[in-house]
Amino acid sequence: MQRWPVLLFLAWVCFLFFAGIGLFMSGFLLTRIELAHSSSCSDPLTPPPWDRQSLPPGSCWMPQRFSKAVLVIIDALRFEFAWFNPANVSPLPYENKLSFLHHLATSQPRHARLYRFRADPPTATMQRIKGLTTGSLPTFIDVGSNFATYAIQEDNLLAQLVQNGRKVVFMGDDTWEGLFPKKFFRSYFFPSFNVKDLHTVDDGILQHLYPTVDGGEWDLLIAHFLGVDHCGHKHGPVHPEMAKKLTQMNEMLRSLVDHLGNDTLLLVAGDHGMTETGDHGGDSEKEVNAALFVYSKTPLFGTGPPEEPEAVPQVNLVPTVALLLGVPIPYSNIGEVMAELFPGDGDALSAALQQLSVYHVNAKQVDRFLHSYSLVAQDLPAEQLQHLQEIFSTAVEEHVQLLAQMQEAVLVFPELESRLGNLISRFQLYLREARAVCTQTWARFHPLRMVAGCTLIAASCLLCYVTSELATASDSFYRSCLLYPLLWGLVVAVLLGLACTFIQEGLDLLLVSSWAAAVSQVAFFWRWWGRQPKRARVASSQPPLAAIGLRQRLRAWLGLAFPMGILLFRCGAMFSDSFVVAEARVAPFLLASLVVLLVGKLHWDGRLTVPEGPKQQLLGFSSYRKESWYLLYLVAVLLVCLRLSIFFHQCREEIPQCRPSLFIAPLASLRNTRAKNLFYLLCVASLVGLVFVVRCWLRHYGNLNSSDPLVLFVRWGFPLVVICIACYWAVASSAEDSLGKLQELVQVALVAFPWAVYGLVSVGLLLLLCNPMTVFAKDTRESAGPIVTPYLGVPSSEVDFLHVIPQIYRRMQESLKSRLERGSCKATVAAYGLGSVYSAALVIALTLLGFLLLLLHSERLSLAFLLLFLEAFVLLHIHTRARSLAGDAEPFSVPWHAVISWLLAASQFFYSTGHQPIFPAIHWNAAFVGFHLDHSTNLLPAVLVGANTFASHILFAGSQLPSAPALALCV
Amino acid sequence: MKEAEIKRLLAANLLCVFSIILTTTVPAFFLDSFSVLGTHLTWLCICSVSISALNIVLCLVLKPNPSPKRSSFAHKISRFLKCCIYFFMSCILFHVIIVLYGAPLIESVTETFLFAVLLSTFTTLHCLCMLGPNIQAWIRVFSKNGAMSIWDNSLQITTMCSILGAWFGAFPIPLDWDRPWQVWPISCSLGATFGYMAGLIIAPLWIHWNQKQLTYKSR
Repeated sequence: MQRWPVLLFLAWVCFLFFAGIGLFMSGFLLTRIELAHSSSCSDPLTPPPWDRQSLPPGSCWMPQRFSKAVLVIIDALRFEFAWFNPANVSPLPYENKLSFLHHLATSQPRHARLYRFRADPPTATMQRIKGLTTGSLPTFIDVGSNFATYAIQEDNLLAQLVQNGRKVVFMGDDTWEGLFPKKFFRSYFFPSFNVKDLHTVDDGILQHLYPTVDGGEWDLLIAHFLGVDHCGHKHGPVHPEMAKKLTQMNEMLRSLVDHLGNDTLLLVAGDHGMTETGDHGGDSEKEVNAALFVYSKTPLFGTGPPEEPEAVPQVNLVPTVALLLGVPIPYSNIGEVMAELFPGDGDALSAALQQLSVYHVNAKQVDRFLHSYSLVAQDLPAEQLQHLQEIFSTAVEEHVQLLAQMQEAVLVFPELESRLGNLISRFQLYLREARAVCTQTWARFHPLRMVAGCTLIAASCLLCYVTSELATASDSFYRSCLLYPLLWGLVVAVLLGLACTFIQEGLDLLLVSSWAAAVSQVAFFWRWWGRQPKRARVASSQPPLAAIGLRQRLRAWLGLAFPMGILLFRCGAMFSDSFVVAEARVAPFLLASLVVLLVGKLHWDGRLTVPEGPKQQLLGFSSYRKESWYLLYLVAVLLVCLRLSIFFHQCREEIPQCRPSLFIAPLASLRNTRAKNLFYLLCVASLVGLVFVVRCWLRHYGNLNSSDPLVLFVRWGFPLVVICIACYWAVASSAEDSLGKLQELVQVALVAFPWAVYGLVSVGLLLLLCNPMTVFAKDTRESAGPIVTPYLGVPSSEVDFLHVIPQIYRRMQESLKSRLERGSCKATVAAYGLGSVYSAALVIALTLLGFLLLLLHSERLSLAFLLLFLEAFVLLHIHTRARSLAGDAEPFSVPWHAVISWLLAASQFFYSTGHQPIFPAIHWNAAFVGFHLDHSTNLLPAVLVGANTFASHILFAGSQLPSAPALALCV
Repeated sequence: MKEAEIKRLLAANLLCVFSIILTTTVPAFFLDSFSVLGTHLTWLCICSVSISALNIVLCLVLKPNPSPKRSSFAHKISRFLKCCIYFFMSCILFHVIIVLYGAPLIESVTETFLFAVLLSTFTTLHCLCMLGPNIQAWIRVFSKNGAMSIWDNSLQITTMCSILGAWFGAFPIPLDWDRPWQVWPISCSLGATFGYMAGLIIAPLWIHWNQKQLTYKSR
């Protein structure tokens, strides 16, 4: 078998899958078109003036109310953090810490007010910043660009301020740097991505905050504190560190207020909340519920505060701040202005009139946006737009009419007031409905693309199945079945590309590649079909043979029915939301069922019992073979592994009663020192146990005898890696301040130990690539020729295997024969570890990869990794045992149940290493293993986090097929 | 001969099905607020006890596998004790297997155990009645071509159906329908019961239709 066609074929199959997945994603992940328009002062949106007030010259849209504003964003400031309950005698670490806000709100009720700030999902910081400045709803697709923050193209608050000659000063989270390049008059950015670092950003801001405020060279000052969020990620909300952090924020606000002038508006906002585990990103109540606090030294509100804090959508901040500062509302804003901040001159009538005109501007701006958006994209439903348009135009008409009547003084006070109230509520209705329509529409899918993508993926699966059936039949298969499809695909791609350039249309790479993939698939199936009848004809010339073939085929299909049925269940489960949520439990359940079914079938076929002899009358279980007992014992171990793996699960917010496994949190979050030490010892013990078992196994099969560099590495490098990991864990899990003066040394160690592991593992892998053989050949002959030609192929390639062993055997035979002939029996050739040539290399590679991935996870998940290796080992053993009991002679055919159980185990351990397919469950900490400071590129953290997330798939897929190690296990 | 035996089998099985239906309705007359879903544990107990009693009575009346030699009283007692131990062991074994399949370990132990008892009643007790405490015979019956009478065939079918039913019963648990029967272990025990009933009905029919193919070797 040549290697290139096979490799090319695999690459082609990969391409097919990628095209299918890409097509599906393009239809599934939500997108929204960003408009490039921006508002300006000259836009004819100003409301009709009323008698007592007209626009002062130089103001823009609305008269400016504050000349300066300070926006303090405390990342992940959940509402409960800011809420002060005096009746609470035993507050949790995060409760009753921002006492200063409470003090302001009670002592100056018309100057200060606390709101519930409803963040729109996704509650990731970058999306929230976008929402807080543009006033629109960032969609799903933006989540993907969280690693590389792109500049905001849409009209936004900062752009408006800069456009109107105001100075914006920023300090804090450096995400803003990417979002608003060159917008800031002055800026102090601090690295945000290291979630373990609680203090760098906050201390940096505090250093610059008060001098800047006192300096006065700013109109809008934004300070984005990250400490609370990072504390949540590192320790969770219920931790003394959180209390410290919030107290620090409280002190910061207290002294900040002292520095503020009378013409300054202070806004303290959380961009999102956090869950009980300190994560965010989803749409659960705790993540969405942030806090907003408004304060000014001049009275802000016309009336006193309501009993219960009001809930305000996050986008509402944008039009409010814009109009208060006297700049145009950003073009794409769909938020509703917070009218109570516009109390007019004092009496109720002027307040209502002022609020009405604010609403009027706001509604006009939203109407303009909806109009231009519907011109660009047709996704907003037309009838709803029509309905909105009607509400808007009648309200505006009535507003104008009302003002005219007031000029003529036809209206008396009570009637006027009720009409004003009615009109305000109609404007509110319009704004709220417009926002609802947008929210609904931007959660919209492309069903056609999704279906096409699914079809492409399904066809690719079928193609893989066909290939797996055919490839063993003929050697020329890859070449013949690859060339035509590839050619066809290329031709179509080129044609489409040419067509696109001719019509002058943008070349959609995704569409072109998926068309190419589809066509090449069709060509493949065409060719496969073309080969099919030939074989049928050959078969039909020999009728009895055909009949046997049919029965055999039928039996083969029935044999397939069990594992394929399980696979079908799993695929079907993907279509049910509930089963997707419960997948963590479904995978082990199905795996257990599959294995028990396998054993049950063996029993049914009578393979487990001793073939019945004529004489013996057996009693009890004694009719079971010894091997059967071993098999049953393995199945029991597997079931126990499956059950234990459930203890490592992370939670999804869909299951509120679920408690996340205690093994997921890093050791640093444990407060009980004794438990911490105990867990630490347990983790190290599991690591040592893993290495010990691997070494024992290798020694048992004689793979540790030679003095190759690889073997030496296994002997000495493995313990070294373990020591490095253990030291890293020790340093990382120690308390933040406990080491005092050694702090600097700790920083060095935090970087040095992971790098030592990275280095050692890569050396090991390199050695493995150079010479994967761990066979030790002892030759006592005089002439020491090469025993074996170097092994080159992929481990599962049959030909290589068949190539190496006979060679060695022949060599041995020859030498023995020659010795015997010569009559000297002393010299012999002995090869150690020959039976496990393949599996030894794989076991070494897997252990090395295992070390690497272990390092990226939190300490206590090493137990899960130990379980993973144990389960994989047991699974392979079960399959080899089952095959030898079933009497399958072919060593290279892999049964389907083995493949499917392998797949189920991979997805089972995805969950059992503390992952869930949701954004908040991503272990971002993995990006900082070995990198204490911020990353210069986004590639490396992406690789590290990706490796962490897909650890189980890497380990299970890394061992290729179950066949290869299984081969040697049975020796 | 065979026809008559199939009829006896059918009658016995229908009696079992009927008694299961009775266990769901009759206790409501004696117990306040009894319902299969509401007081599931009570129903589990009642169902297990009545099915066991019925099975034992049927076994004594019908004598499906009559032993050739008459045995002493002491021998019978020892057999009975053995049966009890086997039944208890199978309950424990089922409990362990259910937990290994993902049932809660510490919470709702009673529920899990009663479900295990129900499953044992449907499978192990049936086997004990038919085959006695003879593992060798069990292994023979549950393998291909191992059945030696229609009773053995019926045993195969009902046992497999019960276990399959319990397995399928686990599938609705994750669904978010918020139905009272989705609570552990109601769906599984109901699945096992329906599977058992289906097995009881299918067995005679299947044997009737496959009469020609079924040839029993006699020992």
